[in-house]
Amino acid sequence: MKPAAFDYVVAESVDAAVKALAAADGEVKILAGGQSLVPMLNFRLLRPSILVDINRIPDLAYVEERGDAIVIGALTRHYRLETSPVIAEHLPVVAEAMRHVAHLAIRNRGTIGGSLSHADPAAELPMLALLLDATLEVASPTGPRTVPAKDFFLGALSVDLAPDEMVTRVTVPKLPPVTGWGFAEVARRHGDFALAAVAATVTLRDGVAGEVRIATTGVDETAKRARDAEALLTGKVVTPELVEVAIAAVRAGINPPTDLHASSDYRRHLVGVLAGRALADAERRAHGEEP
Amino acid sequence: MTTSRAIKVTVNGVAYERTVEPRLLLADFLRHTLGLTGTHVGCEHGVCGACTVLLDGDSVRSCLLFAVQADGTHVETVESFGTIGQLNALQEAFHEHHALQCGFCTPGMLITATDLMRKYPLVSDDDIREGLSGNLCRCTGYEHIVRAVRAAVARARDPAP
Repeated sequence: MKPAAFDYVVAESVDAAVKALAAADGEVKILAGGQSLVPMLNFRLLRPSILVDINRIPDLAYVEERGDAIVIGALTRHYRLETSPVIAEHLPVVAEAMRHVAHLAIRNRGTIGGSLSHADPAAELPMLALLLDATLEVASPTGPRTVPAKDFFLGALSVDLAPDEMVTRVTVPKLPPVTGWGFAEVARRHGDFALAAVAATVTLRDGVAGEVRIATTGVDETAKRARDAEALLTGKVVTPELVEVAIAAVRAGINPPTDLHASSDYRRHLVGVLAGRALADAERRAHGEEP
Repeated sequence: MTTSRAIKVTVNGVAYERTVEPRLLLADFLRHTLGLTGTHVGCEHGVCGACTVLLDGDSVRSCLLFAVQADGTHVETVESFGTIGQLNALQEAFHEHHALQCGFCTPGMLITATDLMRKYPLVSDDDIREGLSGNLCRCTGYEHIVRAVRAAVARARDPAP
């Protein structure tokens, strides 16, 4: 047996899951896709006394268009995001990014709620949630609450979620008209966590970049928006010179780690290159061109 | 308290009922509890892909899933593919193109390639390499595995010859 012994509760509903979390005596973990949790259990880095399995909760995996937003159930698997026609139509940057998430067998299991709650500093979904101004709905013993993505990620593997709370849905506003998107990532091998990745959108209004969003992952404690760089571009005609200034602002706004795979300096260099590519692709798409 | 649970799992078309500890991994359930040793266990933390099986038709790492989670599901392992006398088409391609040496990674490669061929067009070798990049092989250098999958994809598209 690899993991330490634990008790196992199958939750049949969100309410039952939250009740089981609140009633747990000792450390409790939610088991969703398990693609980050189970390796940590196998290594015994975590020894929770109870796992609450939410995989059998009905109606928690869905991708739906509701008015001006796309609503995604917490148990929606990565492979479904990758292939959903609703995502392809309204949030193509998500579909593109999902192809960079691990491997098919992992994407078949991993869930959006799990990835956001786990908040790996190099994961793609926290970056996308920030880029797209997503809102998370969280179930807690005192009832549901909503958290904007910008307030959710607190640090490496740390989010605004109490032990007796779980993410139930992610609401993503549709992109405004005349918006292009870009995504660029470098990893050691396909499917590895990003050394750095950038996602961007550019919305054209009256011939200028009316709104620009830039988000990064892999280059700080958490995924981040590059708001200084966004402000430099907003309301301007995006020229190569201005993009260089924005890239410098992206690089200045992060604090990349050094590890076995890349130095801090290399990641800082890389994230600027990727920001340039993502912005260029976003601008071309906003103009109706293929990148 | 870690109460064992009774589970019913259909593996390769055979229904099994067993009582298992919650912490028993599906990989160990298949190998130790059911004696189906075709599924190989390498890294035991989701990196090497050797233990990949099909769960209700989707490829999954059986070292990242507990047997209790498979309750009520259909699991397919490499034992459900061809036999030594009658290989399935993908196994035949692996045989023809020398896509294995020691064979340790082969069950995971076959299962992964099966799911990839169902879900992706795999038009280029890059697509095949990307798809197989979650499965580690320490013998072949991958070249012959890619070749075998390429041949299997071509044959599935045009089965005539």
